[in-house]
Amino acid sequence: MKMATRKDLLKQGAIWGFIVLELAFFSIAGNYLSVTDTAFMDFDNMLLLLKQSAPIGIIALGMTIIMINGNIDLSVGATFALAAIVMLDSMTWPFMQNLGDWAIPLAWGFALLTGVVLGAINGLIVWKTGVDAFIVTLGSMLGFRGLVFMYNGEQPTSHLNWTLVDFAEAQFLGLHTASWFLLGVALILWLVMTKTVHGRNAYAIGNNRDAAVNAGIRVGPHFLLNFMLIGFLAALSAVVFYSESGSVNPNDGMLYELWAITAVVLGGTKLAGGYGSIISTLGGVIAIQLLRKGLGHIGADTETVNLVIGLILIAVLFLDRQLNRKGKEELKI
Amino acid sequence: MAELTKKGIGGFLARQGILVAFVLFMVGFALANQRFIAIDNIFGVIRSSAILGVMALGVTFVVIGGNLDLSVGSMMSFSTIVVLDLHDTLGPTLAIPAMFGLTLALGAFIGFLVGYLKLNSLIVTLGMLSAIHGLTLTWSGGQNMDIADKEGTWFGIFGRGDVLGVPMPIVIFGTLAIVLSLVLSKTPFGRKIYAVGGNGQAATFSGIPRARVVFFTYLISAFCVATAGLLQASRSLGSQNTVGQGYELEVLAMVILGGASLLGGSGTIIKTVIGVLIFGFIENGLLLIGLEFYVQDVVIWAVIILAVWLDIAAKRGRLWSPIA
Repeated sequence: MKMATRKDLLKQGAIWGFIVLELAFFSIAGNYLSVTDTAFMDFDNMLLLLKQSAPIGIIALGMTIIMINGNIDLSVGATFALAAIVMLDSMTWPFMQNLGDWAIPLAWGFALLTGVVLGAINGLIVWKTGVDAFIVTLGSMLGFRGLVFMYNGEQPTSHLNWTLVDFAEAQFLGLHTASWFLLGVALILWLVMTKTVHGRNAYAIGNNRDAAVNAGIRVGPHFLLNFMLIGFLAALSAVVFYSESGSVNPNDGMLYELWAITAVVLGGTKLAGGYGSIISTLGGVIAIQLLRKGLGHIGADTETVNLVIGLILIAVLFLDRQLNRKGKEELKI
Repeated sequence: MAELTKKGIGGFLARQGILVAFVLFMVGFALANQRFIAIDNIFGVIRSSAILGVMALGVTFVVIGGNLDLSVGSMMSFSTIVVLDLHDTLGPTLAIPAMFGLTLALGAFIGFLVGYLKLNSLIVTLGMLSAIHGLTLTWSGGQNMDIADKEGTWFGIFGRGDVLGVPMPIVIFGTLAIVLSLVLSKTPFGRKIYAVGGNGQAATFSGIPRARVVFFTYLISAFCVATAGLLQASRSLGSQNTVGQGYELEVLAMVILGGASLLGGSGTIIKTVIGVLIFGFIENGLLLIGLEFYVQDVVIWAVIILAVWLDIAAKRGRLWSPIA
């Protein structure tokens, strides 16, 4: 029993160890190669890093729960774009313009509702038809993107509201608004996954669905709820990001699903379901952003970041399998 | 007896449902607009579907073998950029085999990771999607790639030429489809792919070299991607370095629409070709009745889910899922 917990700690610590390694590497390498004079571990730089990891990060946190369930969601990028369009466009509706600043929470509400509805569509289809979530969300990735284009053609949707921009750029206790959202979502989801029945059921279903059904867990509604949750989070990510930028292209958010999945897998969550942690995903998100910034810091082309992340992902998969296999052999002895 | 007939029809629909849907759909659009079945329109549709179609042929092999390939989009950008770049430095005669060699090397690397090291194909190819994209950007220095002398090269024949009035991309797509279909259905290698995808353990026990079979499915996929890259480069004679971005999931959707199961062990080249044509003709049909191109995405969404749902429903014998 004690052995198992120590092994779990080791596994969950791996991503943080990797982050420390990255920090050390880029700090030292930065001394020789950096194009600027500022240190890599500059406090403002780290704060900015957290802010920049928020959009993918918030989605990745939701993806963790979906993947612990043994499902996957490929449509989050399109949901992200549609929620952003709804938020920006709704503020130009006539009745909304009469509301002054009260239009803002309402616009956020519309966008978040859009995300929840799109998520519910996915969840209902997965539940009722029994088609694999991979296929369902692959379809809706195309479908939702089609809806994005149908909303406003190939034109970008723009609306700049200065109150909103001020809010998005505000800093409270040194952290940007987006960072607060990222950390807040992480905290809430961590509580959900570790302290509630819903969280425990998520692990149970991912581990062994038949056993979970036999134990009386209603799998369908559970799936539905989690897809609504990730839809909500994709929309939340969009409202936080586009409150500041104020303009969305219909192609925005493309491949976000793959970035989010990469972060989740780096954090150690198993594709097959039943294993994973919110905090480790947060680590995965930060590790990716750190890599991106670090490579820029030491003067590498920003393009190489894709190459490095891809190879690291494969290396993690390889190491993880080697370690797990070793663990099993030890058990035999 | 009556039950048997019903079963017969149901079974036929379950097996050939996608073909029936395709025929109904073609007839419907043809009635709505005569222009839809004009020969030049049909050629136009197949020609523009050929690039994704060629990629779908390769992915079909991977999927039947029980794996996924999400790297084909990035890889296609890579081969397009590489062949365009080498065209000006090595000349087209050398550039084409060089590009095929490099792309096959990437495919071999993936095949090694998934086949011999037995790593999860979704994550490996997800990683390669990113890695190859980085490789392409580094190769091109983030720039678009153009052939310097567009008039004076014969390189355009693959994308722009024709044979006896049939556009070259169709000829290549058709030839490749026939050859690969024969490989899959008539050779021992083809049978082994089905065996490995259907039940890997059983295949291993019957002495089928599982790792090698999986390895070769990725090589075939890479070969198809290289061909698609050649078509793309030859047609446009210049390209952005993001040209194949997002294709991986679209191609996968075509293969699934054709009826290949993601669990492996089922699917055929002919069905994939039908999947590809459905994609192409839905877009074209919707354009001809005056809708924007992006409406097709929404229609495709419905078609994919309906197709897979009905397929599963026929197999389990009830429409709604047993999930409580």
